[in-house]
Amino acid sequence: MTGFFAMGGYGFYVWSAYGVAALAIIAELLALRARRNACRAAAAARGETASL
Amino acid sequence: MNFYRYSSPSAFYPLAGTLAPWFGWSASLLAIAGLWIGFGLAPTDFQQGDAYRIIFIHVPAAWMSMFIYLVMAFWSALSLGFNTRLSAMMAQALAPTGALMTFIALWTGAFWGRPTWGTYWAWDARMTSELILLFLYFGVIALRNAIDDDRRADRACAVLALVGAVNVPIIYFSVYWWNTLHQGSSISVAAPKIAPIMLTGMLIMALAAWFYSIAVALVRVRCIILERERGAAWAGLVAEPGKA
Repeated sequence: MTGFFAMGGYGFYVWSAYGVAALAIIAELLALRARRNACRAAAAARGETASL
Repeated sequence: MNFYRYSSPSAFYPLAGTLAPWFGWSASLLAIAGLWIGFGLAPTDFQQGDAYRIIFIHVPAAWMSMFIYLVMAFWSALSLGFNTRLSAMMAQALAPTGALMTFIALWTGAFWGRPTWGTYWAWDARMTSELILLFLYFGVIALRNAIDDDRRADRACAVLALVGAVNVPIIYFSVYWWNTLHQGSSISVAAPKIAPIMLTGMLIMALAAWFYSIAVALVRVRCIILERERGAAWAGLVAEPGKA
């Protein structure tokens, strides 16, 4: 397990790379969810909702 | 089956909504499989030790950064040629994800370069042209925000996307055209210079990145359709608040 985090001595580089990449992907997904909620709410406020 | 009906935003909206989760879940499963191969099965590299494992995120992101730009340019060309709104909306939806992939390629490349080349950055041909790609993505996004009229913004961004497309073959061929720091291609049909298990992990991660990009672009274009097509008086597009 410690070998997994150590990455043969290159742990700082490997986890900095993957860590920031993961954060960036999460940021995009969160921003997209916020945009989706906002535009759906705006559409609902305009009355463009499903008429069931 | 007339697929051209999907060039209408109101017809494409539900189709995108159906497809996006499929691509999203597939991307997640592929990423799990790819990372399992990359960190669990692939052996340590003889020359680079475990630092080479950055390849499983760096190369897929770099490939997607170029591919997304070409797809964005494709939709831009269609939007100019056929004056279609949805084509321009697809280009608009792709730009942020393309910028993300470019950033990930640059960042992971820097952290791979430091232990292996001794430097985070060099003004070599590929790295410089990839950085320019990031600026082009930012430019397309910024130009969109700078122009109030949607259709004028569509045309301006389409022209910028098409003009910038020349950068993609420059990135790709840079390692052949110039004597430059970034290494050449490790993959060829004849004799790949990479161990098969490493190649498999990289290809699975590339597929994961591709499906992720498709899923995110489909969700984003749905947002763009709702934002831009206001007043088109659709019924039944958006579920009542509180429902799915």
